[in-house]
Amino acid sequence: MSTAPDALSAAAAVTQPDSSGHFGPYGGRFVPEALMAALDELEQAYAEARSDAAFGAELAGLHHTYTGRPSPLTDATRLSEHAGGARILLKREDLNHTGSHKINNVLGQALLTRRMGKPRVIAETGAGQHGVATATAAALLGLECCVYMGEEDTVRQALNVARMRLLGAEVVPVCTGSRTLKDAINEAMRDWVSTVDTTHYLLGTVAGPHPFPVMVRDFHAIIGQETRGQVMELTGRLPDAIAACVGGGSNAIGIFHEFIGDESVGLYGFEAAGDGVSSGRHAATLVAGSPGVLHGARSYLLQDADGQTAVTHSISAGLDYPGVGPEHAWLKDSGRAVYAGVTDAEAMEAFRLLCRTEGIIPAIESAHAVYGAMQLGRRLGPDAVIVVNLSGRGDKDVDTAARWFAVLGDLDAPADVTAGPPGEQM
Amino acid sequence: MIAAAFARARAEDRAALIGYLPAGFPSATGCVRALRAMVEAGVDIVEIGLPYSDPLMDGPTIQAAVDQALAAGTGTREVLATVGEVARCGVPVLVMTYWNPVERYGVERFAIELAGVGGAGVITPDLTPEEGGPWLAACSHAGLDPVLLVAPSSTDARLARITAVCRGFVYAASTMGVTGARATVSAVAPGLVARVREVSDLPVAVGLGVSSGGQAAEVASYADGVISGSAFVRVLLEAPDGDSGVQAVADLAAELAAGVRRADPRA
Ligand SMILES: Cc1ncc(COP(=O)(O)O)c(C=O)c1O
Repeated sequence: MSTAPDALSAAAAVTQPDSSGHFGPYGGRFVPEALMAALDELEQAYAEARSDAAFGAELAGLHHTYTGRPSPLTDATRLSEHAGGARILLKREDLNHTGSHKINNVLGQALLTRRMGKPRVIAETGAGQHGVATATAAALLGLECCVYMGEEDTVRQALNVARMRLLGAEVVPVCTGSRTLKDAINEAMRDWVSTVDTTHYLLGTVAGPHPFPVMVRDFHAIIGQETRGQVMELTGRLPDAIAACVGGGSNAIGIFHEFIGDESVGLYGFEAAGDGVSSGRHAATLVAGSPGVLHGARSYLLQDADGQTAVTHSISAGLDYPGVGPEHAWLKDSGRAVYAGVTDAEAMEAFRLLCRTEGIIPAIESAHAVYGAMQLGRRLGPDAVIVVNLSGRGDKDVDTAARWFAVLGDLDAPADVTAGPPGEQM
Repeated sequence: MIAAAFARARAEDRAALIGYLPAGFPSATGCVRALRAMVEAGVDIVEIGLPYSDPLMDGPTIQAAVDQALAAGTGTREVLATVGEVARCGVPVLVMTYWNPVERYGVERFAIELAGVGGAGVITPDLTPEEGGPWLAACSHAGLDPVLLVAPSSTDARLARITAVCRGFVYAASTMGVTGARATVSAVAPGLVARVREVSDLPVAVGLGVSSGGQAAEVASYADGVISGSAFVRVLLEAPDGDSGVQAVADLAAELAAGVRRADPRA
């Protein structure tokens, strides 16, 4: 439809929320009144920044000279052999500075923080990638930075804790609730309620109260915009399918957004099915959840009969979240995007395959999308072109993967492993 | 019923005292005992928290209590049962609940069943008037008083909009922050109460941080109601056993009740 590098292109217009941030019945603002003024201020500042060419130019400059954008599109020819012959293209967000797509949104919001005159940013982080990106941008722009991280995640992503501290951020382990991402968000919100005059909450995904879902999406929309040009150049046509992993949903919406108006392009989101959706130990919110309100917006969530948030499980900290962005809920209900679960074992199978066939160690989050794309390829056949959003690199996951595959004993096991090793993985 | 409680306090030229505990804390029966002891010691209105897994507005003290209540299996039905038992002592009872459990239970159903067990109103700390339409209709239908919060950061326009949909009273969050006892009560609360009075005739109750008789007296000098929660939770968390916990709650309630009676009469 449109190639305009702007989120308000014709394609994008079909998914603009209403003026109070609703995507159909989803989204909105369910927050303490104390935060309403700050959300209004943010909405206003973002609207002004969007129409300010200087803001756009500064962000584009950082993307180019700091992040390393545009990120390449890699033709994964050897992986394609394992995907029914379908042509798999990898959008290499893993090559961005700091190692994931998260930096796209962080630089945008960090510039906005400076514009609002606030000297401090806070963030939640699960895998640590958003925390690292935020600590990075804070160092770059001279902002004070505090990152909340579930205690369980500080253990499984210890390398990223070290990174954040090296970058000058304070990392606060969160010991409440399930000690993972959702509790880190609670703690960041509590901080924000008391510090809102001086602090911007640099939320790391397309969840939360309006304007976060639309603003974070817009900052990530560059992924899809670049992808369109790159796929056209490489193949001369639009892809048949786009695959992305979905935790809160930011990398997925970032690559989907540009293509929503292109009906021939199938949009597929892959959630963490953990030990399997039927096991109850998973984080497949759209696949197995129900509508409700969590962290300031209505969307799908994993909850019990009383509306208490469920405890989730995924091998990947970045997908281990019981909520999901409201626009995904809307895309699911409308049928425009399709969501499916990928288990820990399936994701690790794809992780291994990508390492061995393409020489790329992906983030375990992204490996969920790789697995999904392989399944899609087998279904769509050898003529299909499938783009995978490779949202991050696997440096942070080397320890988890080494344990999973017991590599210190048996790195040379065949690459067609279809199930993880028995017993404990963590 | 809530309006009547404020009117009674006003007739005695004092502020009303509102005491909070989460349902199921320290146990299902312990909570009812403690709340009854509060009422006997001078609490005018009771606020019962619906334990929720993600209490964004609560500090560590109430979080700890809520975790304990949830671990003991306190669900929405148990909360309604607790409301019923406490309402039987003739005091107005409000439920304080985050929004999702209400939506999950069914907005209409929650309002009707709460009114059915004798509940008088509901405080919803994360529901704004913008999102509150169906809830306000359900409350009106069931005869419940919806109480929304105002904050120091609320603009005058928002104060008007929020107070227009409140019934019973307006809950003024005294500080920008979460629940928890504080050494000093906020300096911004009097200004907030004054701004609410510009736009609303409803009683204004101030919460967040009141934990002593002196603080209660201070707040009572400018507000119509004094809300205390974390302080009650703390004495229960620190009590060695159930009986001494109930006694400590009664002692604190008596101190706060004396506080709201000591305040200078308002102009
Ligand atoms: C590499 C990577 N991919 C994906 C995610 C999931 O987030 P989202 O669904 O917002 O893209 C994370 C989150 O930490 C991540 O680090």
